[in-house]
Amino acid sequence: MWVVIFISVWLVGWGINIVLANSSKVAPHFRNIGVPLIFGITILILWEIIVQGLSVSPVILPAPSLVISTFMASVDVLWVDFVQTVVKGAIRGFLIGAVAAFFIAIIIDRSSFLTRGLLPIGNFFSALPIVGVAPIMVNWFGFDWQSKAAVVVIMVFFPILVNTVQGLKATDTLQRDLMKTYAASYYQNLFLLRLPAAMPFIFNGLKIATTMALIGAIVAEYFGSPTRGMGFRISTGVGSLDIDLVWAEIFVAAIVGTLFFGLMTWGERKITFWHASQREK
Amino acid sequence: MIRNAFPILIVLFSIFCIWIVAVAPMNFKIALDQLERQKEEVFPATSPERRNVSVVILMFQNSKYIKASYNLERPRLPTPKQVANEIWKTTGKMAIKGRAWSKRSLIYHGWVTLKSTFFGFALGVSIGLLGAISIVYFRVADLSLMPWAIISQTIPIVALAPMIIVLSSQIGIDNRDVPKAIISAYLCFFPVLVGMVKGLRSPEISQIDLLKTYNASGKDTFFKLRLPASVPFLFTSLKVGIAAALVGTIVGELPTGAINGLGARILIGDQFGTPLAIWASLFIAALLAGVLVTTIGILQKITLKQMGLEA
Repeated sequence: MWVVIFISVWLVGWGINIVLANSSKVAPHFRNIGVPLIFGITILILWEIIVQGLSVSPVILPAPSLVISTFMASVDVLWVDFVQTVVKGAIRGFLIGAVAAFFIAIIIDRSSFLTRGLLPIGNFFSALPIVGVAPIMVNWFGFDWQSKAAVVVIMVFFPILVNTVQGLKATDTLQRDLMKTYAASYYQNLFLLRLPAAMPFIFNGLKIATTMALIGAIVAEYFGSPTRGMGFRISTGVGSLDIDLVWAEIFVAAIVGTLFFGLMTWGERKITFWHASQREK
Repeated sequence: MIRNAFPILIVLFSIFCIWIVAVAPMNFKIALDQLERQKEEVFPATSPERRNVSVVILMFQNSKYIKASYNLERPRLPTPKQVANEIWKTTGKMAIKGRAWSKRSLIYHGWVTLKSTFFGFALGVSIGLLGAISIVYFRVADLSLMPWAIISQTIPIVALAPMIIVLSSQIGIDNRDVPKAIISAYLCFFPVLVGMVKGLRSPEISQIDLLKTYNASGKDTFFKLRLPASVPFLFTSLKVGIAAALVGTIVGELPTGAINGLGARILIGDQFGTPLAIWASLFIAALLAGVLVTTIGILQKITLKQMGLEA
């Protein structure tokens, strides 16, 4: 019985999407939001049907409905964890790392020797599994948010540094020559031409760093934390089989990650509205 | 490359010097505690008295003991020499003794991590390629999959990692290779997907029109135009992808319970308070990342040269 429901839900969801995607009558704005939304809802309903149909134990995989009710019931716990991990750990680390990377990039950029020496090393470091330094940072800075912020600083530093340095080089000869004919000083050059031109690159780095920040803050909690925080709750929840609470935390992490990324995209659209990738198609 | 070698060496050398200088202040309090226990005369004499004194002042007051910072068994920051020794002890020396596959050898743990990275990479690249092809050819897939692919990357995978491990063990997969491969595929499919969508769409309309006038089939358009055009994009994404796959594998090895792999060595080093083991595993992981990315870079050069596109 549930197999039939499963298949028919899938066919209905997919069918609506095919009609929506290929119809020329639907407004493109509505289509671009509606189609992925229907796809996501379909997957959630299918998940619910599988769990109910096979009567999967909630210890293995809780149904979305159970996750949502757990979420509603434990908002206070989730809020405490959110403040500890995201507000104290991830966002502070993100800000420190981003500001440091930005200013160091500007300093490096003044010297071609430093650029040639540091850029390849920075590139190499952004490919490294830096999350591994988490236990060392916990050892250095203690269990509270400071160690989490430290891991986040190291993780977000290199992608932002590399992107900013590359962005500062993104002007072309014609633009630089024009500034020269205006007798522009170094700072006029920097603020009026090169920093604006670097913005798309910088935002690219910031976007990559948003996910890094959350990963760093959560992983560092696996190595010791006060008795709150998303990583703490996830690792203890898995141990004590509170799987629905773990999924509620994952749900929070997903929303935070998406919002954080969305915030950067919004900032990018506001600041680099002139760039080709942001123009109305 | 040669032009950059000198600045890179200078920068590396300065990092090395900063590291060595930093060892003394980082370890000095631990060193003083140890000296105190050995009945050496340190000032101030007891640990509680020293707690609120700044390290710099302590170093002035006990300057003859600074050397002790460089010889601790459990330092907060080990010296480069200690790390190098630890790496040699757990790789080369064990290999010479014929114990390269012992559970204490980092060659063994590195191999475990490398194997999972390859599985995850293969899985992630396949998913990325299939996703990219369906996105380029089917409008529905483009509209429904692409936003979710982006959202999937904003979800911190580490939150999911312990769940994936629990789930797969409940289903009856006791082997940790499968969950590790899933986690690393999750991180590595995205750059491949995005790069290949760009690559497969990179032929210009006039080129596609030309093939249409030749009455080329869809298969021909794909294999003779779209796929070759996407190769430069593919290699760039593969470089990002393999680094992401390694990160994923190590993250998959970090949550409690893992025994094998570099991530597990880091975890065990943390639990048993042996910082040297953590540092050695980190350096081996960095080495692996470097080797993997460089290998793909070389493959990229060779392939693009064969195709007549200089990298």
